[in-house]
Amino acid sequence: MTSGVDLGRPQAQTVGSDEDVVRVRQLVRTVAVAVRLSLVDQTKVVTAASELARNTLVYGGGGTVEVAAVDNGRRPGIRIVFADTGPGIADLDLALTDGYTTGGGLGLGLSGARRLVDEFDIQTAPGQGTRITITKWSR
Amino acid sequence: MERVPILKIGDILLVSIQVDMSDQTAVALQEDLAERIVATGCHGVIIDITALDIVDSFVGRMLSTIASISRVLDAETVVVGMRPAVAITLVELGLSLNGIRTALNVERGMELIAIDRADDRDEPDDDPVPEPTASP
Repeated sequence: MTSGVDLGRPQAQTVGSDEDVVRVRQLVRTVAVAVRLSLVDQTKVVTAASELARNTLVYGGGGTVEVAAVDNGRRPGIRIVFADTGPGIADLDLALTDGYTTGGGLGLGLSGARRLVDEFDIQTAPGQGTRITITKWSR
Repeated sequence: MERVPILKIGDILLVSIQVDMSDQTAVALQEDLAERIVATGCHGVIIDITALDIVDSFVGRMLSTIASISRVLDAETVVVGMRPAVAITLVELGLSLNGIRTALNVERGMELIAIDRADDRDEPDDDPVPEPTASP
């Protein structure tokens, strides 16, 4: 394999600083290229990962990101899990609304990221941290 | 932390972003640019994002903020070189880049700024004794 990434198992990246968010983007890009996502889909999934990794850092107080190549039998894809042990999200519907923010940003991170991927799953509760799983399939 | 270099070309400041910027680097660029606009008295800023393979909401907001700061400091900002995949993703993300002028490349960006400055000079408000124009 030319990419240098072992697609057989997930790649993990801790998120504790700005630079780690950059590393998450680079890791996601490498795997997205390896599973042959189109250029537009690579751009979308890397952008979504950037938003969610920043949320993990800013709102979750840091955490981990796992990136894996997956296959549903018909198509390859990329699956990314963002996990933190922060305060969690009390009102998920509100948090997923365009323009809603508690952090002074644009309020597009969570809602925008969801639009950019094929599958979006979020597990969270107050005091229980947040775990978001996204998947993008190649077309 | 990396810093993005700012070049002065005539009356224009040119920023060509060549690295995958951390959020801190993006914020530093905002501040550096504001200082350079005042220090140089430049009236145009061109931000070349040809090398950026994504623009997320943080960088998008930075571009909007730079445009607003520049305007307050009497400089016009043009963002150039956006890749098609980046444009598609930005729209789907929901980022409209309000107040940001764009051009396809640096050359067109410079033309846009030159036209703007010419228009400004023609405004009667700025010039109490306007030159007579050749055509009606």
